[in-house]
Amino acid sequence: MIPRPVRIVGNLSGLPGSQHGARHLVWWGNLGFMVIEGTGFVLAIGVYLYIRSISPSWPPPGDARPDLFWSSLFTGGLLLSELPNWWVHRQAHFNRPAATRRGVLLMTLIGLALIVVRWFGLHHLNIRWDHDAYGSVLWLLMVLHTIHIVTDVGDTAVQALWLYTHVIGEDQFEDVTDNANYWSFVVVAWLPLYVLLFWLPRWA
Amino acid sequence: MSPPAPFPDASRSQRLAAAWADPPGLWGFLTTVDHKRIAARYIVTTLLLLFLAGMVALDMRLQLIQPDMKRMGPQMYDEAFSLHGSTMLFLVSVPVMEAMALWLVPLMLGQRNVAFPRLAAFSYWLYLGGVLMLWVPHALGITPDIGWFEYPPLSGPAYGPGHRADIWAQMITFTEVAALAASVNIVATILKLRPPGMTLARMPLFVWAQLIASIMTILAMPAIMLVTSMLIADRMISTHFFSPSGGGDVLLFQHLFWFFGHPEVYIIFLPATGFVSAIVATFARRPVFGQVPMVLSMLAVGLFGFGLWVHHMYAVGLPRLGNDFYTAASMAIALPVGIQIFCWTATIWSGRPRFQTPMLWVIGFILTFVIGGLSGVMTGAAPLDLQLTDTYFVVAHLHYVLIGGAIFPLLGAFCYWYPKATGRMMSERWGVVAFVLIVGGFNLGFFPMHILGLEGMPRRIYTYGPEMGWGTLNLIATLGSAMAVAGGLVMVANGLLSLRFGERAGADPWDAPTLEWACESPPPCYNFEYTPVVEDLVPLWREGDLPVMDGMSLDSRELLVTSAVEGIPEYRQNSVGPSIWPLVAALAVAAMFIGSIFTAWAVVIGAVPIGIALTIWFWPTRQPATSGPFASRGR
Amino acid sequence: MRRVLALAALLLLGGCAGWQTPLDPAGEQARHIYSFLELILWVCGFFYLLVLAFLGWGLWRARRRSAEGPEIAPADRGLDRALIVWSALIVVGLTVLTLGAFFVDRALANAQARETLTVRVTGQQWWWRIRYRDPATGRWIETANELHLPLGKTTRIELGSADVIHSLWIPNLAGKTDVIPGHPNAFDVTPRAPGWYRGQCAEFCGAQHAHMALWVKVEPPAAFARWLAGQARSAASPADPEQARGMKLVTQGPCAACHTLRGTPADGRPGPDLTHLASRRSLAAGTLPMTRGALQGWIARPQAVKPGTLMPAVSLSPTDLDAVAAYLAALQ
Repeated sequence: MIPRPVRIVGNLSGLPGSQHGARHLVWWGNLGFMVIEGTGFVLAIGVYLYIRSISPSWPPPGDARPDLFWSSLFTGGLLLSELPNWWVHRQAHFNRPAATRRGVLLMTLIGLALIVVRWFGLHHLNIRWDHDAYGSVLWLLMVLHTIHIVTDVGDTAVQALWLYTHVIGEDQFEDVTDNANYWSFVVVAWLPLYVLLFWLPRWA
Repeated sequence: MSPPAPFPDASRSQRLAAAWADPPGLWGFLTTVDHKRIAARYIVTTLLLLFLAGMVALDMRLQLIQPDMKRMGPQMYDEAFSLHGSTMLFLVSVPVMEAMALWLVPLMLGQRNVAFPRLAAFSYWLYLGGVLMLWVPHALGITPDIGWFEYPPLSGPAYGPGHRADIWAQMITFTEVAALAASVNIVATILKLRPPGMTLARMPLFVWAQLIASIMTILAMPAIMLVTSMLIADRMISTHFFSPSGGGDVLLFQHLFWFFGHPEVYIIFLPATGFVSAIVATFARRPVFGQVPMVLSMLAVGLFGFGLWVHHMYAVGLPRLGNDFYTAASMAIALPVGIQIFCWTATIWSGRPRFQTPMLWVIGFILTFVIGGLSGVMTGAAPLDLQLTDTYFVVAHLHYVLIGGAIFPLLGAFCYWYPKATGRMMSERWGVVAFVLIVGGFNLGFFPMHILGLEGMPRRIYTYGPEMGWGTLNLIATLGSAMAVAGGLVMVANGLLSLRFGERAGADPWDAPTLEWACESPPPCYNFEYTPVVEDLVPLWREGDLPVMDGMSLDSRELLVTSAVEGIPEYRQNSVGPSIWPLVAALAVAAMFIGSIFTAWAVVIGAVPIGIALTIWFWPTRQPATSGPFASRGR
Repeated sequence: MRRVLALAALLLLGGCAGWQTPLDPAGEQARHIYSFLELILWVCGFFYLLVLAFLGWGLWRARRRSAEGPEIAPADRGLDRALIVWSALIVVGLTVLTLGAFFVDRALANAQARETLTVRVTGQQWWWRIRYRDPATGRWIETANELHLPLGKTTRIELGSADVIHSLWIPNLAGKTDVIPGHPNAFDVTPRAPGWYRGQCAEFCGAQHAHMALWVKVEPPAAFARWLAGQARSAASPADPEQARGMKLVTQGPCAACHTLRGTPADGRPGPDLTHLASRRSLAAGTLPMTRGALQGWIARPQAVKPGTLMPAVSLSPTDLDAVAAYLAALQ
C-alpha cells in the first residue's frame, strides 16, 4: 500500500560509513553511560559528605585513616596511564592498525597492574565496611570505583583480543577512541575520590 | 541518478523488507531488534500490570468500603498497597512512557530503528525480569509489605527480617537498569537520528518531551540504584548507612530516595504532555500555540524538578529555612506547568477542534490534572503540608496527577495511535463510553479522598473505626473506583475487538501533521520507503508531495546519522540485525541480581556469565586479521 | 468556590468526627494553618475557574468553526498577550501563597518563645509512651496513649522513637511531626478550646499502624495540675480480695516483665505504664474503649484485637482473668 506521493530532493549514498568523535552515534551512547556513572559518583560523594556532616570528627573517634601509600601509588599510576591512553586515542583516530593494536594491549597490561595496586589498597583501608557508617561509605566509594576499573580493563582486554584477530574497520577504531575516553573518565572520577577519601580525613 | 519516482515501486519495498525482516516464529520473537515489536511487548506487559495492580487496588478499596471490614488483615493489606504502589510506579508508569518513546520516536523522525537496537531488546528483557522479581514472590506468598518506598529502620535488618525488602530493592535495580538503557537509547536517537532538515526548532513537542524525560531519567535513576543497593548492604553485609547507632542516618535514605522520586513523577508526566501536544495539534487542526514557551516550560520542569525533593520530607524536622525554600521552589513549578495548560487550551480555543476520543481524553486530562496540580500547590506549602501529608489528601493528589496527568493522556495516545499501530480504527461509540466511565468514575472515586484527608484519615491504614465518620466517603470512593475499572475493561474490550472488527485505517486517518503518519498502517518492518526531509514543524500539512531523499541502502540495515542541532546528514551507520545476545545477557544479569539477594558473592560470581554474554554481544563480525602477529595465513 | 461548597457539603456527609480534623482548629497552630488553607482554597479555586472558563469558551467557539483543513501558520498576537497576563497572574498568585506560607511558618516558630511545659512522647510499635516531669519532685511521670494539655498555655512536645519512624499528628491542634530514631524532633501546641481530641500515627510503621492513636485532653490549667498530681501518685491499692488476687497475678506474673505499676514490684519497661490505666479514655492506643469488658478481651486475646501486636497472649484461667481485669479496671 502506498501512503503518499513523494518527491525526491536529494541522495544520501555519497555519505561516508562512519565519522569521528562526537559525530559518531556510539560516542553518544558512551557519553550517556559516563553521565550515568558520573551522577552515581557525585551522589555517592554526597553520601560521604553527608555522613561526615553528622559525625563528631572525621574519621569518627576511634577509626583509623586509610593508608596513603597504596592509594597515592595508584593515583600516580592512573595519571601516568593517561599518556599512553592519549597516544592510543590518537592512533585510532588516524586509523593506524598496528599502533592501535599495540596501544590497546599496552593499556590492558597497565590496567591489570593498576588492579593489583588497587587490590593492595583495598586491604589497607584500615577499617571494615560493617564497623560504622564511615567504614561503610569508604568501602562504597572504593568498590564503586573498583568496579569501573575492572570492567574497563576487561573491556580493553577483549578489545585487544579482537583487534589482533580481525581486520579493523572504521567503527572499531571509533570503539577504541570511545574506550580511551571512558578510561579518561575513570581517571578523572578517581581524582576527587582520592582527595576526599585519603586527604580530607587528614585535614579535618 | 534514478529518475524521480512519484510513487515507490514494489521491488524497493521487497528489498527493504528482506533487509529488515525478523526471522520467523519463536526465534524471531526472541531475537528481534525491531523497535516496534519490542515496544509492543513492553506496552502489552505494562497494560497487563496496570490491570493487575488496579485489581489489587480495588481489593484495597473493598477492604476500606466500610469501617472494621474483615476482608483483609493488616499483613495482606500492607502487601496490597506495597504491591500496588511498586507496580504502578516502577513497572507501569515509567516503562510505558519509555515504550511509547521506543515505538514512536523513530517513526516521528522518519527513521528505521532506534540508535541501539539490541540495547532496546535488552531493556525489555531486563524489565520483564523486574516484573517477575516482584510478582513471582507475590505468587509464592513473600510479597514485599512495607510500602513502595521502604523507609528504614522499618526496612532495615532489625525490623524487616526475611527477604521481602530485598526483593523490592532488587526489583528496582532491574527496572532502573532497563530504564537507564532505554533512556540512553532514546537520547541518542533523538539527538543523532533525526531526518534531514529537522533542526531542534522543528522537532515535534512529543520528541522534546521524551528527550527531556530521558535526560532526567539518566540523572535521577542513579540515586535510587545507589540507595537500594545501600539498603541491601545494610541488610545483608551489616553496613551502617541508615543506622543511627552506627553513625548513619535514616534520613539519608529519604534524601536519596526522593532525589530520584520527585523527578520520577516528571519523568512520567513530561511524555504525557508530549501526547497531549501531539493530539491537540491534530484535533485542533493547528500547530500547538506557543512552541517556544512550550519547549522552555518542559525544560524548566525538567530542571526545577530536581530541586524540589525535600517537599516529601517537610515533617521530618529539617531546618525551617529549608522548608521555606522548598515551599517557594515547589510552588514555582506551577508556572511552567500553568503555561503549558494555557498553550493547549489556547490551541483549542483558536483552532477548529474535532471531538473524537483522543481529544476527549485531552479535555478529561485538563479538567482532572489541573485539580491535581492545584492540590500539589497546596501540599507544596510546608505549613499546610504538615496537616495534609501522609493522609488521604495526598493519596487524592498523587492519583489526580498520575492518573489525570499521565494515564488519561496515555489512554488518549492509545486511541490516537491505535490506527497507526494496527491499521484499524477503534470504535468511537465505545470509546466515549469508556471515557465517561473512567473519567467520571475516577473523579467520583478520588475527589472524596481530599475530604477524607481533611477529616483526619491517614494513609496506609487497613481499617478504621465507625466512630471516625469516614464510612460514607469511603463507600463513594470505592464505588467510583469500581466504575473507573469498568470503564477500563470497556476500553480493553474495544481495543481487542477493534483488531478484528474495526474499520480499516489508512496511513493518516486523522489528517495529522507529523512524520509517523507518512508510512503505512501498520508500518512495515522498515518503516519508510525513503528518508523524509523536514522543512517545518508540520511536514504532512504542507501542500504537495512529501520531499524525501534516496540513497540509503535497500539491501542492508542502515541508519542515517545527522548532526545534533541542525539535523544535517553526516553519515550512514550500519545497524545491527536480530540477535539472541540481549536475551542471554539479560538472563545473566537477572541471575546475578537475584543471587545477590542471598549472598554478596553473587556479584562476583555473576559477573562472569555477564562478561561472556556482553563480549559475544559486542563482538563485531568482520574479516580475520590480514596483518599483525595473528594474521591468517593464506585464505 | 466549587471546592468550598463541595467541602461544606461533604463535611456534612462525613459525619461529626470533629475531633480528628484540621478543619476544626482548637489550637493556635492549627488555626494559623487553617487560615492559610482558606486562602489557598480561594486562590486555587480562582485559577481552576479561569482554566474552566477558558476551556469552556474554546469548546463553545468550536461549534461555529468550519471544518476546513489545518491552519499551518495562525496569527496569535492576542493569545501571546493573554499568555503574558496569565503567567503574571500565576506569579502573583504563587507569590501571595509563598508569602502566606512563610508568615504561617513564622507564627508557628514564634510559639517556641512562650513554652511553659514540656512533655516527652516516644513512639513505639504501636503505642505512645508519654512522660511528664513531676513539678513537685522532678521525677518522670509516665503514662501511655493519652496526653493532657493545659488550656491557653504553650506546651513543647518532644518526640523520640524507640524503633522505627512514626509521626505524631493531632490535627485539631497542630500539623504532624515525624518521630525519627536518631533525630529528636519537637513541636509546640497552644490549645485554645477545651475538650477531647484524637491523634493518630501518620507514618507507616508496620502491621498495626492503623491502630496507633492517642487521645488528647485540653483542660484548664487548674484541672490539668490536678490530673498531673493524680498521675504522680502510686498505683491504687486493691479494694477487695478479687482485686488483691489480681494484683498478685499482675505484679508477680509475666505482666511485670513488660509493664510498670508504680508502688508495686512491677517495673517492666517494654510496654505501657499501667499505674493509672483505668483513668484513661481508651485502651490499646485508641483501639478499644476503657471498659472492664474491653480490658478483659484485650488481655485474653490481644492478637484478635490488633493482629501482630507485640503484646503476647498470656494464658490465664477465667477466674484469674476476672481478677486481673478487676484489679486493672480499678487503677484510676
